[in-house]
Parts: sequence; structure tokens; C-alpha cells
Amino acid sequence: MKRWKSVLALGVLSLLLAGAIALGIAVGAVPISPFDADPRHRLILEQIRLPRVLLAALVGGALALCGAVMQGLFRNPLADPYLLGIASGATAGAALTIALHLDIYYWGVVPVGAFLGGVLAVAIVYRVAQTRWARLDNYALILSGVALAALFSAVTSFLLFYAGAAHDARRLIFWILGGLGGAQWFYVVGLLGTLLVVGAALLLFARDLNALALGEEMAAHLGIEPRHLRKVLLFAVTLLTAVAVAVSGTIGFVGLIVPHVLRLIVGPDHRLLLPVSALGGAVLLTLCDAVARTVLAPAELPIGIITALLGAPFFLFLLRRRAQLGATL
Amino acid sequence: MIRLERVRLGYDGRLVLRDLDLEIAPGEIFGLVGPNGSGKTTLLRAISGRLSPHAGAIYLDLRRLSELSPQELARELAALEQEISCSFDFTVREIVELGRLPHRARWQRLSAQDHRRVTRALSLTDTLAFADRTIHSLSSGERQRVWLALALAQEPKVLLLDEPTAHLDLRYQFEILGLIRHLAVTEDLTVVLSLHDLNLALRFVDRLALLSEGRVIACGAPETVLVPHTIERAYRVRVRRLEGDWLIPEGVA
Repeated sequence: MKRWKSVLALGVLSLLLAGAIALGIAVGAVPISPFDADPRHRLILEQIRLPRVLLAALVGGALALCGAVMQGLFRNPLADPYLLGIASGATAGAALTIALHLDIYYWGVVPVGAFLGGVLAVAIVYRVAQTRWARLDNYALILSGVALAALFSAVTSFLLFYAGAAHDARRLIFWILGGLGGAQWFYVVGLLGTLLVVGAALLLFARDLNALALGEEMAAHLGIEPRHLRKVLLFAVTLLTAVAVAVSGTIGFVGLIVPHVLRLIVGPDHRLLLPVSALGGAVLLTLCDAVARTVLAPAELPIGIITALLGAPFFLFLLRRRAQLGATL
Repeated sequence: MIRLERVRLGYDGRLVLRDLDLEIAPGEIFGLVGPNGSGKTTLLRAISGRLSPHAGAIYLDLRRLSELSPQELARELAALEQEISCSFDFTVREIVELGRLPHRARWQRLSAQDHRRVTRALSLTDTLAFADRTIHSLSSGERQRVWLALALAQEPKVLLLDEPTAHLDLRYQFEILGLIRHLAVTEDLTVVLSLHDLNLALRFVDRLALLSEGRVIACGAPETVLVPHTIERAYRVRVRRLEGDWLIPEGVA
């Protein structure tokens, strides 16, 4: 019966994803059907729209997968790559490489800068929230994440202010608002590769996340080394988030909403929740991007605005519900 | 068999176990009693391998504990924390299945044998009836039995329990201790447990150790250890023993 539930959930979400991608390709400033024969339309399709739609799906999948892992890792349904400052650290790191013009030598320094920024954020949050016996204090974790996010956005804003030159400033704004307008095929390939490798590794650790739900001590009694597990998973999540941020900028709340909603539907077992979250995140962001491209067409709304419009009220709703249930962070 | 040799252990610059010696025989139900802060939980953590001693050694069947990998240890020894909370609403069966983790490699699915072990652990603890309910929907007495089922699914030789009767009402206390005694016999387990209630300890364990300030000050059959003068030494409370072996406190010493 359980097997059937997994097959059903994965099947339904795959179909939804296929539908969302088809829709994403069809809508936009120029209406195109996937079988359009007009060569100009084919060019738009192949060079602009297809990479963009696929990138939206991949970024959404990566962020939601990271969110699911972080929620399990910190035993906290409100954790996500943004809340703990990873993404803001990554944004600041990426912005720094651009402000220093490091990216004119090689595009690859931007994700590296993003990764280092993310690692720095995690290291600080970790250090602040660590208590006796190497446990983590959930309050300190969330609050230091919030403080760091403010700090890193200040850094990013300063870089924007300092950048002055119109070209740099525009590229930095792209990172701050988040967007998929810069989609290129090699972004798609790079993120797909990272997602497949990191995602496969994360799936191998899904069972450890299940054990961790009983607390670090109980997980340890079941033969898992919580400290080791935390290092491996944080490294993986930071890497994947950094690559996602490097190609799309700051797109918040996907990592929070998607795993949360899907946990209510498929249950908390991470062996199913992780792949399902990746698919769900892909569906959500593909649809958000389609909306971003159409509501003000031919102008484009930054996608981060749409996810925040959806996500922030949802987050407040979750907090309210937890408060009513008497749960603490 | 579990043997501790001159184990010294502490944290935050405070020594909690001071050169503690202890031997626990296979198949016995061994109790740990002592006042708050006497080192019961730390001792259990040391035996479970979660804290390693600064000095001295702990042996499990002639092997030093530190030589065993966490997975190997989890196949020999199951331990339950005093308070276990589950951060997500798993079903009872999903939780008990976690007990099979030490027996499976990361990429392996649960085998038919694993599923049999899980079902057996559920039925031994009388939790099979609500195996598909979620953990948060159960009462604390029912949950306590689920944690026991999880430990049994590990197929351990040794079971460590930190105050398994805490937060349970009188009926559940007797029920859970009765169940532990029954399982110790049928599953051939060595059980080490800490208990707060001296009267429960007196009735329930085969042997016990009375801890005070990180040392064992008396060890042996409960009726020989829990006598007024050792209790006064450990707890600084005067007690009297009534007929039928009940201890009642008489005043602060």
C-alpha cells in the first residue's frame, strides 16, 4: 500500500510538472506552440523560452529539496535555505564577485562566490546556535539566521550603491530581486548536473533524517552520527542553494512552502518527501514564472515578488497556527 | 555482560562520574538509583557510547565500547532517552521501522525479515493495533510502548532505559515495568534502567546500584541496598521500612 502511495504521488507530480512546463513554453510575450514551424518562433523557443522554463523548474526543485532537507535536519518545519541566511550569504557572495569584476575572466566564479557566501553564513549561524554537547538551539538558529540575512542584504545593498556603473548595478539588481530572465543553456546544464548529483546523495541520507526526527540522541542510539550527518547535509544543501542562487538570484519561500504542504499530503517520510518536494518545487516555480511573464506582458515582473506574495502570508499563517497549537519554535 | 572500570567522566569542568566501577551480568534487570545529579543519566549515556570516559574503560562482552562502530553498537545495544519527542507526525510503524536501520546499509530497502521483526516488536509491546496511527495521536503511556517497540526492533542484547516510568500514572508505571520484565525473559535481554521511585526499584529489579556524587555507594540485591542508612547517606533523608518492604520518608536528615 505504501509503495502505491509513493508511485501515485510521484506520478501525479510528474504529470503536473509536464503540464506546467508545456504551459510555460506556450505563454509569454509571443504565443508559441511547441510544434510551431516558424523559424523565428523556433529560435525564441530554443534559445530563450525553453532554457528559461527548464531553469525555473530546476531552481524551484533545488530550493524545495533544500528546504525539505533543512526542515528535517533542524527538526523545524519553518526552516528553509533563506531563513538561515544561506541564500542571503550566497547572494552577497555572488554580488561581491560581480562588483569586483571577477566574473569577466570566468563566469564560474559567481557560483563559487555564492557558495563561499553561503558557507560563511552557515558557519556563523552554526557557531552562534551551538550549545553544550554540540546540540543546536532552535531559537538561536532562526534568530541568528534572520540577523545574518539582514547583514548580508546590507552588504549586497552597499555593493549596489557603490557599483554606480549602470551595467553592474543592473546585474546586481537582478540578484537582489531574483529572476530567470538571464537563463542560458549552460545554466540549465550546470544546475541540472548539480541537482542530480546532490539530490541522489541527499536521497541516500533520507533515512537518517527520519531517525533524526526523534532527536539527536535517539538518532545516535540508532547508529547515526548526528554531527557527521549535519556536516554532510549542510554542505550538500549549501552547494545546491548556492548554484541555484548563482543562476537565479534571490527567490524566497519556495523552500519553505513546498515541503510543508507536501508533508501534510504524503506524510513525513523523507524517502518520499525529498523527491516529491523537488517535483513540487519545480511545478510551483514554473507556474510562478509563467505568471511573472504574462501579468504585465510585454514587461516582466521579478519572480521573487510573486513567490514572496504567496509565501509571506503563508508563513504568517503557519506561525499563527503553531501559536494556536501552543507549539514553540 | 557490561563492565565499567574506574570510569571518570564529566563536562563543563565538573566531574560527574568519579572512578566508577560496575559489573552487570547478562540477563539481569539492573537498576540505577540515586538523588538528582548523582550521575544516573550520565552513566547510562556512557554505557550507550554517547559520552566517552576521560579515564577508565567500559566493556561490552569483553570488547571495549570505543572499538565498536556506532552501527555495530546499535545492533548490540538499544537505548531510550528519558524524554523522546518526534518532530514530525510519523506513524507508529514508520517509527518502529527505524529500529532496523543499524541492520541495513544506506541503499538497502527493508527486507521481508525486517518487516517480520518490526511486526513482532509491535505485537510484543501490544502496539500492533495502532501501528498505522500517528505518534502524536497517542497517549503518553501508549507512546512509551512504541519507544520500547522501536528498541526491540533493533534486536539488541542490552536495553538501556532512562526513567521509563517518568510522567506515567500509577497504572502505566506497573504496566510498563511488567512489560519490561516480561520482555527481558522472552527476548533474553539485559536491562539497565534508572528509576526515581525507590519503592518501584525495590520490587522490580534483580540488582541495583545506589549512586551518590558519581560513585556507587552500594550495589547488590535491592533489599540489601535500599536500607535506611545507605539511603540516608545518599539522599540525606531518614526513612523507615514498613512491613512488606515499603519505604516511607520520615524527615530530612
